[in-house]
Amino acid sequence: MGIAELAFYAFSMSTLIGGIFTVVSRNPVHSVLWLILAFLSAAGLFVLLGAEFVAMLLIIVYVGAVAVLFLFVVMMLDVNFAELKAEMAKYLPLGLLIGVIVLMQLMFAFGVWDYSTGYEGRLAAEIGTGTNTAELGAIIYDDYILIFQLSGLILLVAMIGAIVLTLRHRVDIKRQDVVAQMMRDPAKAMELKDVKPGQGL
Amino acid sequence: MIGLEHYLAVAAALFVIGIFGLFLNRKNIIILLMSIELMLLSVNINFVAFSAYLNDYVGQIFTLFVLTVAAAEAAIGLAILVCFFRNKGSIDVEDVNVMKG
Repeated sequence: MGIAELAFYAFSMSTLIGGIFTVVSRNPVHSVLWLILAFLSAAGLFVLLGAEFVAMLLIIVYVGAVAVLFLFVVMMLDVNFAELKAEMAKYLPLGLLIGVIVLMQLMFAFGVWDYSTGYEGRLAAEIGTGTNTAELGAIIYDDYILIFQLSGLILLVAMIGAIVLTLRHRVDIKRQDVVAQMMRDPAKAMELKDVKPGQGL
Repeated sequence: MIGLEHYLAVAAALFVIGIFGLFLNRKNIIILLMSIELMLLSVNINFVAFSAYLNDYVGQIFTLFVLTVAAAEAAIGLAILVCFFRNKGSIDVEDVNVMKG
């Protein structure tokens, strides 16, 4: 068994173990950490497939942003997670049943799956000899520029939506009022007194 | 060389783990969102595996967009969750009954 096979089995095992423990873990903080393990090993699988750019993107976006976001929310909310987990055993048989059924369906599909004839002529963007990142960049900015910009727009809308949803103005704290500061008139704000020498106020 | 079917099997198993998680954690919205992320990850593994074995970049490009939408979905979902928790003091799915649906 070569090093590539060994790496494949190691990465796929740790992806699946990370996934399973994400789902069954009692503590949600542990769930997030197992999720990070699953993402990191999936990035390893992508590197084995020769998709370095997507692998690094997975690490940056998922581990760096999404998983940390989950971690923040889990730690910020004061939730009694033990109560939420109490009914887990009730749903276990149903979950296992549906899981096994879906897995069997997928395996049946993979059993009879095959390439169609002459697919080589219908490739949209064939993988060339350059580096993965350079070729992907050329394709994205040439052929998929509109979708690329639209996905940026989706992120912008998501960002604004998340800010609008979570922003709250508390009334019981003092805030800086910029307009009031700028509109202040020095003549009204302070009073000049002409004090005679030796008399005091 | 590892065959395409191996990657597809890993992706299928991960997808099923995601579905299993949806059923197992029916009350905890945070873990529900994590299960959805796992399912999207398995779809991404499928895309990249087909991209590599068909010698075509489009799978990787689509993975990029799936990643974008997944990030947006997680952000919005968690924002709604925080908002909901502030109003109700709980993240139980069964408390989400304001609209009496």
